[in-house]
Amino acid sequence: MKILELKHITKRFGGLTANDGIDLDIEKGEVHCLLGENGAGKTTLMKILFGMVAADTGQIVHDGRPVSLHNPHAALRRGIGMIHQHFMLVDRLSVADNLVAGCEPRRGFLLDSKKSESQVLSAAETYGLRVNPKEKVENLSVGEQQRLEILKALYRGADILILDEPTSVLTPQEVRDLFSIIRNLTAAGKTILFITHKLKETMAIADRITVLRGGKKIATVRKDDTDPGRLAKMMIGREVFLRPAKPEKPPGAVVFEAKQVCASHPLRHLRLKNITLSIRAGEILGIAGVEGNGQLELEEAIMGLRPIDSGGIVLNGRPIQRLRTAERRAAGMVHIPSDRVRRGMIGSQSVENNLILGVHRKKPYAKRGVLQRPEIESYCRRVIEAFGIRCRGGRDTAGTLSGGNQQKLILGRELSQEPVFILAAHPTRGVDIGAVESIHRLLLEKRNENKAILLISAELDELLSLSDRIAVLYEGEVVAEGDGFTEEALGLLMTGQTPREATPRDAAR
Amino acid sequence: MTPPAKTARVTEILHALGAVVLALGIGAVLMAASGYNVVTAYGYLLTGAFGNFYNISQTLLKMIPLIFTGLSVAIAFRSGLFNIGAEGQLYWGAFATAVVAIRFPHTGPAVLVPLSLIAGAAAGGAWGMIPGYLKAKTGAHEVVTTIMLNTIGILATGFLLRVCFKEAGPVDQTPLIPESARLGELIPYTRLTWALFVGIGAVLLTDLMFKRTALGYELQAVGDNLSAAQYAGIDADRMLVVSMTLSGLTAGLAGSTLVLGVLHRFITNFSPGYGFVGIAVAVLGRNTPWGVLSAAFLFGALDAGGISMQLFARIPMDLMTMVQGLVILFVAAPFLIRRIYRHGKR
Repeated sequence: MKILELKHITKRFGGLTANDGIDLDIEKGEVHCLLGENGAGKTTLMKILFGMVAADTGQIVHDGRPVSLHNPHAALRRGIGMIHQHFMLVDRLSVADNLVAGCEPRRGFLLDSKKSESQVLSAAETYGLRVNPKEKVENLSVGEQQRLEILKALYRGADILILDEPTSVLTPQEVRDLFSIIRNLTAAGKTILFITHKLKETMAIADRITVLRGGKKIATVRKDDTDPGRLAKMMIGREVFLRPAKPEKPPGAVVFEAKQVCASHPLRHLRLKNITLSIRAGEILGIAGVEGNGQLELEEAIMGLRPIDSGGIVLNGRPIQRLRTAERRAAGMVHIPSDRVRRGMIGSQSVENNLILGVHRKKPYAKRGVLQRPEIESYCRRVIEAFGIRCRGGRDTAGTLSGGNQQKLILGRELSQEPVFILAAHPTRGVDIGAVESIHRLLLEKRNENKAILLISAELDELLSLSDRIAVLYEGEVVAEGDGFTEEALGLLMTGQTPREATPRDAAR
Repeated sequence: MTPPAKTARVTEILHALGAVVLALGIGAVLMAASGYNVVTAYGYLLTGAFGNFYNISQTLLKMIPLIFTGLSVAIAFRSGLFNIGAEGQLYWGAFATAVVAIRFPHTGPAVLVPLSLIAGAAAGGAWGMIPGYLKAKTGAHEVVTTIMLNTIGILATGFLLRVCFKEAGPVDQTPLIPESARLGELIPYTRLTWALFVGIGAVLLTDLMFKRTALGYELQAVGDNLSAAQYAGIDADRMLVVSMTLSGLTAGLAGSTLVLGVLHRFITNFSPGYGFVGIAVAVLGRNTPWGVLSAAFLFGALDAGGISMQLFARIPMDLMTMVQGLVILFVAAPFLIRRIYRHGKR
């Protein structure tokens, strides 16, 4: 039975057509995945359905009747709820308070907290979602917060749940929990719309899949009738190689070492504790971990952007922990930062000015402090060409490029500098599959050219397919290091548990 | 320049001009409401600013200190700093220039003029460096420190004047500087001197610095995205000090050229707030060197024309100050102007 039909939805933002005549029908009780790259129009379509954005043309039919959804309240009244990527919860309040906010049970002028707690428990019971109503939201894990968001939507009477990239913040175990929750919900007759760009998840959870590309609907297929390769092709419009080829190769001499590095921050609880790592030439060391377990601190400490309390950092046998960032760069370290917009580029300036960021005092780009514009222009053309940065030229404003092209700009700049050591932090975050493929290829190319690479990533797939060895970071400590980890083992280690098949390194304790 | 950048530049200029027209329009309404003849008044404004050779020279004369203080504010702003202290830096520049010129009366103009200018620039630069250093070392906000250093600078130069350099008489001023230190007149009997070219030279150099040098690139990087600048290995603390020093140096030159070209001595409280008008000039000029030059020209014209309006149409100078204020208000609130433009198109 069709519970929801979207008929010929079109939405334009200025010159950009975000949704171009999209037809979509949703069956009651199914898990329907909306698959597409960033900018394919998935989120816009769902915002239209949730009443946050008005479509230019088109019609929404709910339960056989055309409806107009002017705002999220109208959508909620029709039983449509949405779980956003960024949770809408009040940290300082309890689970129960968050759940009932907006329709709190009262006793006179006072809130009836007993009653709200019991309502929470009964709601949780109904859907098999475990929560502690008295706990403050700030003490919940990301997975638990998401569970609370789902419960909130259900409590408000949602029958159709829209989940916007729900797994991007979760560990593998939490993803598994989420999937079992989704299955319970569909068993109870709820309908799930699942927005994602990840093929693996789509194949794991979907009943049917609708692929969007460039604002257009490409196809709706049954999961059982398709495979990841075909979906990828539909998503980006050409063949992609999901797993890059990695030739076996004996590593060379040790290039980079971190020895017992400790760092603390006066305002934050998290500290780096005795981080010891070593990377050889032609080797990629992956750093796995749930975000916020010291990755950013490690990244910044290595590049001299944050002071360390004790320990040493060594590049080609030379201690560098006291050098400034500029001197570390001059010694052959390059850095693809985790926050590309805030750290990696100056959005208001030209592509050209961004391509010389950090090398603007090096020959031939500058001589005696004077920028050599002709040299810079030809270098800029070479990089744009070699790395396939799509822009209108060197004078284009960097901030107007797409995320993938901004990342290629940063990669192009950093990898063109003949580095000996590459620090790549979340190099593919927020970029589409096509760009992911070329970024992976570039990193492997540099590995095969005998560069030492430290790869920090939250994507286990990426770590497993690129890294020669993997170290797991948990609460500022390296809790395990080695090769041949399974995804399962990494997931457990990342959450501080000890899997049977993995041997945690006790030296770090 | 790519087409979109060009259109953006044209729109910016249109917005600035729109702001001026709108401000003059409101000025007209106020005048009419107070019973003045608007046509006569604006006639005098126009002729007073551009009516003849002499009047044009007055406009250019009024514009010179504003070029320097406008540049001063713009340079700091490009590095993300708000220099409210141009006034105090200007006083130190004027003071140091006057002292050097008076101390070496027997030196030829070829040495004494540059020497006095350098002294003024150095003094202004040093005064500007203090808030830069305080910000880099302690994080003290430059708006607070520069405002306080204004008061200190103005009072300290007045104090030093009275203690060491005061000419006998009722006015707190130094003796006149020697003839050899005075800047030559550009046009006889106009008081317009070569200082105009020093100002245009400063605009040119500032523009070259930002477009062509690694230093200018670093200053701007720190202003546009501090954490990206640090990522690139740029020493941000050093840039804060450099930027404020350059800014103070330029403001110091405003004082120097006034002493060498117009006043020929240091007088307490001589500045009618050039340092603060500089903020307005920088805002109107969008913090670009050539924009500052154009904005300073406009403000110079409003000043010179305003004086003739006051003289011949008996309209108080305050009205021109108000128009200047309105121009800034409209430029600083581009949203409002854009709304008005859009309504016009409908």
